[in-house]
Amino acid sequence: MHKFASCDGCQLAFLTAGEALLDLAGLVDIVHFAEAGPVSPDAEVDIAFIEGSVSTPQDIDRIQRVRANSRCLVTIGVCATAGGIQALRNLGDGDDWVASLYASPEYIRSLATSDAISRHVKVDLELWGCPVNSRQLLAAVRALLFGVTPPVDQEKVCAECKRSGAVCVMVARGVPCMGPVTRTGCGAVCPRFGRGCYACFGPSENINSDALGGWMRGLGLAPEGVARRFRFINAEAAEFRAAADKAADSGK
Amino acid sequence: MTDNQRGEHREMVINVPVLARVEGEGALDLRIVSGELTECLLRIYEPPRLFERLLVGREFNEVPDVVARICGICPVAYQMSAVHAIEQAFGIDPGPWVRAMRRVLYCGEWIESHALHIHLLAAPDFFACGSVIELAAKQPDEVRRGLRLQELGNDLIRLLGGRAVHPVGVCPGGFYRAPTIGEVDTLRKRLHDALADAEALVEWTCSLELPVTSQSFNSVALRHSDEYPMNQGRLVSSIGLDISIENYPEYFREEHLGHSTALYSRHYPDGAAARDGDGQAYLVGPLARLNLNLDRMPAAVRAVTERCGIQFPTNNMFHSIVGRAVEILYAIHEAARLLDDYRVPVHPAVPVVPRAGEGYGATEAPRGLLWHHYEFDAAGHVRQAVIVPPTSQNQALIEQDLRTSLAEFGLDRQADELRQFAETVIRNYDPCISCATHFLRLKVRRE
Repeated sequence: MHKFASCDGCQLAFLTAGEALLDLAGLVDIVHFAEAGPVSPDAEVDIAFIEGSVSTPQDIDRIQRVRANSRCLVTIGVCATAGGIQALRNLGDGDDWVASLYASPEYIRSLATSDAISRHVKVDLELWGCPVNSRQLLAAVRALLFGVTPPVDQEKVCAECKRSGAVCVMVARGVPCMGPVTRTGCGAVCPRFGRGCYACFGPSENINSDALGGWMRGLGLAPEGVARRFRFINAEAAEFRAAADKAADSGK
Repeated sequence: MTDNQRGEHREMVINVPVLARVEGEGALDLRIVSGELTECLLRIYEPPRLFERLLVGREFNEVPDVVARICGICPVAYQMSAVHAIEQAFGIDPGPWVRAMRRVLYCGEWIESHALHIHLLAAPDFFACGSVIELAAKQPDEVRRGLRLQELGNDLIRLLGGRAVHPVGVCPGGFYRAPTIGEVDTLRKRLHDALADAEALVEWTCSLELPVTSQSFNSVALRHSDEYPMNQGRLVSSIGLDISIENYPEYFREEHLGHSTALYSRHYPDGAAARDGDGQAYLVGPLARLNLNLDRMPAAVRAVTERCGIQFPTNNMFHSIVGRAVEILYAIHEAARLLDDYRVPVHPAVPVVPRAGEGYGATEAPRGLLWHHYEFDAAGHVRQAVIVPPTSQNQALIEQDLRTSLAEFGLDRQADELRQFAETVIRNYDPCISCATHFLRLKVRRE
């Protein structure tokens, strides 16, 4: 388990797995997992889990070393998979803010962008979510131990929400919801709590963001408000970045 | 690690490049020359994520979801300080139901975070284990009990937040959803059943062979007129500070040192008149709260602490682990008490109408005082945000404690022993490096 720029919340999915954590330790040798205890960052391993985004020059060296030492490299969570919320600094409207920030010289080591791991090395499996949950992680480990590629769920939150029997917040109450374009995995937790999805699991496949943007405009959101919903926790995911730019342009 | 011994002159350098069993990325550098500790640096190298800057321009109702991402272990704390600040800025009082449920949610986070720290991060030190997995072989029942308590805390967060990490239930004005009577009843029963586990946990932490150190330190925590502090209160200290949270910046200033990407916060008891650089280290967190607020604990919890023979206030910093266990016991009592009176409200939140203004929020995160300040424009967009997390407040004291404790422990010991002891000292504070580093107070240069 290697940590880059992140909140620690995804590796916590191992540490909050309860008894399953003790079972896991019987299935694999945990060789590097600083928060849990073992420290051996340069060990050769079968599976490397990566939490966090690349945001310093040292991070680039480090991820390349990890890649060279790992047979299978798995990103956990949206910081590692898409740059995370801190990738908001990469955005067009924030172009000037990192450049205009004055910090003490020692901080200049920070890169101007927060990057997904896949921008720097080959990634074998991406687990989306902010945060990922224990079920995703343990299912991935089990599948890899069986020598099969873990299935990646591409369904949308919207479909899972319907199946759970929750009332649609957008149709029934006019609350903007990202469920139609967002990858499932959270259990449709936001709509079940009566609020709109904010896309913390990132874009699903073949999304129709134009249609959703149109719906949101119909609910009274300004173009800038639509753009902001795509520019949030997964702002650097390509589909969301394109949708946000398009929504923002339509307001000009 | 090198250990050169040449006659009288003994120079030893201890570098711990990756601190284990702490949250986030830190390192420790020690240099001992002729029996003197000449260098003692807790280096925090976790890169900044610039949260205070990326909040600017976001709408007020997005703030709880943004700030949760600062810390995966204490997202509720960030959401709590934020909603209080937002509500102060907009002049909103969400009423007693919301207040009680926020307390229940916070109890869940204290239980989950403290149980994680006690069992997975701190306790292995006292059984010569490297991890909880090794500890589980030596103390299987105690580890299972700890994991059960951790899960109870997580389920309490799920009750009001939908999930344990980055919960989604909190909004300015209250909650998006109120739990059903059935959901509350299930948890209420588990809380009452867990009291025995929590009492046994307090006794177990008291039975650990904790190092004995005695040093004077200044505890800082919230204090409320009749409750153990969580969401509200005045800011007090062991040396007589008693201020409203809005005045925090007059008495506490952050300094920026080269070896760390976190800021050091220091206390200036004389307030605005004091000179920069004269500030003092201070303690926030469970031990500081207990040292200042034991009288706010219910009699049932006080009775358990008295039975264990540890007197609060205490000057032994290693009693922090006992403090965490006592707070778990308290949080279970408190959540059970609040849920015993549960009713489903007509609305789980009051309406929020933004206006231009500023607001302050200070709440007790599991690791201590978490202070927020926001300015909003008339549409409710963030104009400016300042966040001071607990670990940057404890950082100066951790280094001071290392100097004192290592000297007491004996600087002539072997490098391995010193390293192990130093790590134990650091872990005892439960530093959350992910939190501490994300708040570089960067100056915006506009040209």
